[in-house]
Amino acid sequence: MALLRSIAISSNKTLTLARSARSLTMATLPPLPYSYDALEPVISGEIMMLHHQKHHQTYVTNYNSALELLHTAMDKGDVSAVVGLQSAVKFNGGGHINHSIFWKNLRPVNAGGGEPPHKKLGWQIDTDFGSFNALISKMNAEGAALQGSGWVWLAFDKELKRLKVETTANQDPLVTKGATLVPLLGIDVWEHAYYLQYKNVKLEYLKNIWKVINWEYAGEVYEKEAQWCDLSEENK
Amino acid sequence: MVLQLVMAPNWCGCGVASANSTKISTNAFKMSSNRFSFSKPYPRRAYRVTAYYGLTTPPYELDALEPYMSKRTVEIHWGKHHNEHVEKLNKHLKTSAFYGHTLEEMVKATYNNGSPLVEFNDASLVWSHDFFWESMQPNGGSLPRGGVLDQIEKDFGTFTNFKDEFTFAALSLFGPGWVWLYLKKNGRKLAVAPTQNAISPLVWGDIPIIGLDMWEHAYYLDYKDDRSAYVNNFLDHLVSWHSVMVRMMRAEAFVNLGEPKIPVA
Repeated sequence: MALLRSIAISSNKTLTLARSARSLTMATLPPLPYSYDALEPVISGEIMMLHHQKHHQTYVTNYNSALELLHTAMDKGDVSAVVGLQSAVKFNGGGHINHSIFWKNLRPVNAGGGEPPHKKLGWQIDTDFGSFNALISKMNAEGAALQGSGWVWLAFDKELKRLKVETTANQDPLVTKGATLVPLLGIDVWEHAYYLQYKNVKLEYLKNIWKVINWEYAGEVYEKEAQWCDLSEENK
Repeated sequence: MVLQLVMAPNWCGCGVASANSTKISTNAFKMSSNRFSFSKPYPRRAYRVTAYYGLTTPPYELDALEPYMSKRTVEIHWGKHHNEHVEKLNKHLKTSAFYGHTLEEMVKATYNNGSPLVEFNDASLVWSHDFFWESMQPNGGSLPRGGVLDQIEKDFGTFTNFKDEFTFAALSLFGPGWVWLYLKKNGRKLAVAPTQNAISPLVWGDIPIIGLDMWEHAYYLDYKDDRSAYVNNFLDHLVSWHSVMVRMMRAEAFVNLGEPKIPVA
């Protein structure tokens, strides 16, 4: 009995030690899949460079700092510090998540940027919004109406199996609007995303950005999540 | 605050005042074309006076804050952003129950204890931007004098402490917002606080003394993402201690700060 008990205690200690020795996986800035000026004239090279090298990098750096502080607080069992760090983690982590998706949502025109979605995603858009243009209008309207800073998303609801247009405030990731929402497309409507070029005319930025949207990526994410089965195969 | 008076003919209580006219004019109406003929020798008219908000001009030339805030920034920030809020506010006021309130009253009332009504965003941003332009002056910054400096030193320890706290609050904002030096009515002391989006100390009943716009449009053209340079330049070269003194003088009518060292109005 005593032997079993001492084994239990020592394994518990090992567990505790293992927890402290846990390594942190830090975030890193993903490289841009195209050059900074590749999205001109829709988004200027200056904006892309600042957006990627300064803003996104800052989110990554600050998320990593918050993560380290969180790690320390968790080890010490400092509950109020853990809770206090949540807003920094949400803001900076959210900024990292959102921007990582955003770079993949954009594509230079000469590589297919702006090509409307075909096949499955195209059909789903027609079903849920009536037409491709109706979706664009809706997203532009929601983006323009957003007060403050945030993002406008084309989301796929995994549970309801339908598309939705959503907005999130500041750097809140899409899941804060629903755990079953998967982001297909996100458009950054923070002023830093367009101000140097479009100044206060946010609507102009929104209307133009569709020329460089990467619908192929959105289609891939959609098809993976919707798990389309090819019925023609089944009937063979 | 500039109120533009609009007078429009309002036949027998019906009809709508023409809100976009800025002229005060009396229109002569021919009796014969009037459906409602009167035996009186003069036409019966009723006027309904309506008043809307106008865009107040900053108390300096648009390039006067160079090189710390460029003319281009002021032109766009004031001429486009601030102006847009004024226009949207006026659009709300055509049908709003808050028509006739002063701007400060409207901000407090439409904040609705945290569930803001539709007019809040524009009303609050119109007020805050007016306050912002007046918080700055050409050749501003450096040190306040006399009673203002004494009050700051009393409430922050040293003037440098105040600057550090103000800067820290400004940089701590996640997303767009403002940073304020304000006078707490309970406690009768100065304090610094950041606020999000359109919120100002008016909503919780305290008296704003300095307001700094930390939305990206306020600094992006001049400073890109370097917010600390923007805040430091505001404190060192732009903040109008004269405005601060005038505001503190007025605040003393509402908050007893003890022996008046700030001149009594």
